[in-house]
Amino acid sequence: MSSVVENAAAYVAAQQDTAAQLPGYGLAELDAGRAAALEQLSRQGLPSQQDEDWKYTSTRSITRAAFKPASAGATCPSDFITQSVIEGLNPYRMVFVDGFLSAALSDLEALPTHVRLRSLAQVLSEDATSVLPKLGQMLGDPPHGFAAMNSAFVADGAVVEIEAHQHLERPIELLFVSGCGDEGLVSMPRTLVLMGEGSQATIIERHCSLKEVRSLNNSLVEIDLGKGAVLDYCSLQSQSDRSFHVGGLFAGLAESATLRATTVSTSGALVRNDARINLNGENSTVHLDGCYLVFGRSHVDNHTHISHNRADCVSRETYKGVLGDRGRAVFHGRIVVKQDAQKTDSEQSNQNLLLSEEAEIDTKPQLEIYADDVKCAHGATVGQLDDLALFYLVSRGVKRETARRMLTQAFAADVLDRVESVPLRQYLQSLAFDRLSNA
Amino acid sequence: MNTSVKELGDLVGRDYKEGFVTDIESDTLPPGLDESVVRFLSANKSEPQFVLDWRLDAFRRWQEMDQPDWAHVHYAPIDYQGISYYSAPKRDEDRPQSLDEVDPKLLETYEKLGIPLEEQKALAGVAVDAVFDSVSVATTFKDKLAKVGVIFCPLSEALINHPDLVRKYLGSVVPATDNFYAALNSAVFTEGSFVYIPKGVRCPMELSTYFRINALNTGQFERTLIVADEGSYVSYLEGCTAPMRDENQLHAAVVELVALKDAEIKYSTVQNWYPGDEEGRGGIYNFVTKRGACRGENAKISWTQVETGSAITWKYPSVLLEGNGSVGEFYSVALTNNCQQADTGTKMIHIGEDTSSTIISKGISAGRGQNAYRGLVKVLKGAKNARNYSQCDSLLMGDRCGAHTFPYVEVKNPTATIEHEASTSKIGEDQLFYCRQRGLAEEDAVSMIVNGFCKEVFRELPMEFAVEAQKLLGISLEGAVG
Repeated sequence: MSSVVENAAAYVAAQQDTAAQLPGYGLAELDAGRAAALEQLSRQGLPSQQDEDWKYTSTRSITRAAFKPASAGATCPSDFITQSVIEGLNPYRMVFVDGFLSAALSDLEALPTHVRLRSLAQVLSEDATSVLPKLGQMLGDPPHGFAAMNSAFVADGAVVEIEAHQHLERPIELLFVSGCGDEGLVSMPRTLVLMGEGSQATIIERHCSLKEVRSLNNSLVEIDLGKGAVLDYCSLQSQSDRSFHVGGLFAGLAESATLRATTVSTSGALVRNDARINLNGENSTVHLDGCYLVFGRSHVDNHTHISHNRADCVSRETYKGVLGDRGRAVFHGRIVVKQDAQKTDSEQSNQNLLLSEEAEIDTKPQLEIYADDVKCAHGATVGQLDDLALFYLVSRGVKRETARRMLTQAFAADVLDRVESVPLRQYLQSLAFDRLSNA
Repeated sequence: MNTSVKELGDLVGRDYKEGFVTDIESDTLPPGLDESVVRFLSANKSEPQFVLDWRLDAFRRWQEMDQPDWAHVHYAPIDYQGISYYSAPKRDEDRPQSLDEVDPKLLETYEKLGIPLEEQKALAGVAVDAVFDSVSVATTFKDKLAKVGVIFCPLSEALINHPDLVRKYLGSVVPATDNFYAALNSAVFTEGSFVYIPKGVRCPMELSTYFRINALNTGQFERTLIVADEGSYVSYLEGCTAPMRDENQLHAAVVELVALKDAEIKYSTVQNWYPGDEEGRGGIYNFVTKRGACRGENAKISWTQVETGSAITWKYPSVLLEGNGSVGEFYSVALTNNCQQADTGTKMIHIGEDTSSTIISKGISAGRGQNAYRGLVKVLKGAKNARNYSQCDSLLMGDRCGAHTFPYVEVKNPTATIEHEASTSKIGEDQLFYCRQRGLAEEDAVSMIVNGFCKEVFRELPMEFAVEAQKLLGISLEGAVG
């Protein structure tokens, strides 16, 4: 290997030291994938503000911290899991402690036979051939050093397989608990969701912290939706304000498939989400929504990329943010309409509410269109609470503070109201409202 | 339908009307660029020492810079040593004092373009500082302007006659090292205009400069500086056409506007340079840096542009809103047909309090044209109550073209209100059908719909420019939809 970019050197060395212990080591295809990712990580290093896609997000607090890859075996008290249950949700649950499956904390009782929930480590060591071709397929070339790092270390995470025409009634919850082990660990879970033709499911990906320790969560999710499959997906980040989160959601949709994904970020020192949705089949639909509540000194960066590769696809994207204190948020939404993607219907909107002097928002909605028979629109706004609405409430006897809170909550609730699952929606709303009233 | 497609094909296939070469001998420097060229350019115009120092500094910095590659355009690398940096019409020592003395061939050129100086004079009361290649050959209406104290002259003349004024403002908005092309321009600029409007004066006529690129292989590097002193008003028109060429020609101009307290500058451009042939051969590379600064309270700068020419357009007229209550506006129509590429937009930097800006951008893509809007709205910490409204609409004609939108919004003050909207669509079949069944020919219908699409921008143009712009759009577009 030639020269290694300095900020990635420690990770590259750690990978080389431990590669032989990673699950599935020795499988030619897997080894080659890890090696290629490692090569990219060495060559590119971790991103910096010199990269256009990281222009507004400094990774210095991550790169100068030198995180150590977490290892399996950390524990999390079962109380913590019971306390963080979402009321009424009653999911099949997989719990990951610092990125590794904890079978003891997971609850897969009464799982139907046509649905398989396994850990990636188990799959790689026992049954790799069935899943390997899919691993990395939706990701494609890793867009940045963090994704490459995840691929180079790929070891554990969830593998969700739903057979064709199966409708899963109960949701699946993937609970990632970080901050269980020592200070300064990086966990790198990789999740694979494979849905067969005509299947339906709801999946919740939750990230939270056990302890207030400095940690990095470099998570990557790949979703493959078969023809006509429908997936409701929610990714929730509510980690401690000492933790860093770099998350990726990479999805490929076949003909007539539907993905409704919602990303909610309420805390964390630095949260960066990359979502890449490829509409590969005709008539496929994606609803990509996001809600970010950025307070304290948090920094939340959402990068989305929707690619219309085939004709007659629909995309709807709504990201809303509320910023207070010294919060800083970035939105970068890119919609690409390829030449063959005629009759594309695409809408994107990003709205931001600034509540304090010190808050800052940078937004970049982008359209790249190479087909002519399309309907595309995007919009972005930055503003404050509507004075008129505020006046109206105050004139009706509502206290100014209450009125402000009501309007702020209503602003954020817009996105959350679209979540299909009622218990999940209520949980998200209470989480968001708590965050807003404590701010 | 078939017959109309054929007719449309004929229309699309028509030659560039303004393509011809005027046979005037030129004093041309051999191709190449080094310090001696910069020194020659400066000495040739008898410039004061400070200009030479400034040029040399820019040149040295330029040598350390890399050509930017972030724009959404593709082109072969430019050989900066293969360009001649000076070309002047002969006999520049004894310049003509009136139109009678102007080279008849030059007048003929303008007549071919449909913009003879006489007509300009009579029709619009416009003072024309015509730049033919690099040296100004005719300046009119000087007396009338002089009465109210307006200075309107070639920049080279201003450097000699008003060195203090020029020195104060030159490079104050676009620093010599602002970007690669601005640095190149600062080192080798050969001509341009200087305008100074004194305090409280409303410029009695619209000022205009027609640029032409003529001599083979000569890049043209104009530099325009407009200063509007407190409470003054000026409307400035810039329009361009160029003869047909086989080789790409580089054009890297710099325009600087300074509006002091309560002053207003309105800058309008119609750009119709040679766009290259149907396969994208030839055509002008138009890499321009345009920026205005609202230096005082309630100053206003308004950019209006209609971009139909050039193989590649790379241009972002911007406004620095420094004074409290200052206003920036940007109205643009950019059209790309055949293999044209445009990456254009604006930057509105809100610095002072209560500043507001408006951006209206209309992009039209046809053939294999690629059209990108790239804009920045930045609200700095101290810019209380900043207001921005941006609207970018794209119209697509044909399935090989592209329309792209890259807006950047950076807000560091919570009292800002920013709105950005963009939409992309094609001309609706139902709209066309409606017009057709009312008896309109297809190309008339298309022309009408496109003009309607651009109306918000055209109405910002001075009347005679609006007419020219509509004509240009019509010529460039009719038949692009079939």
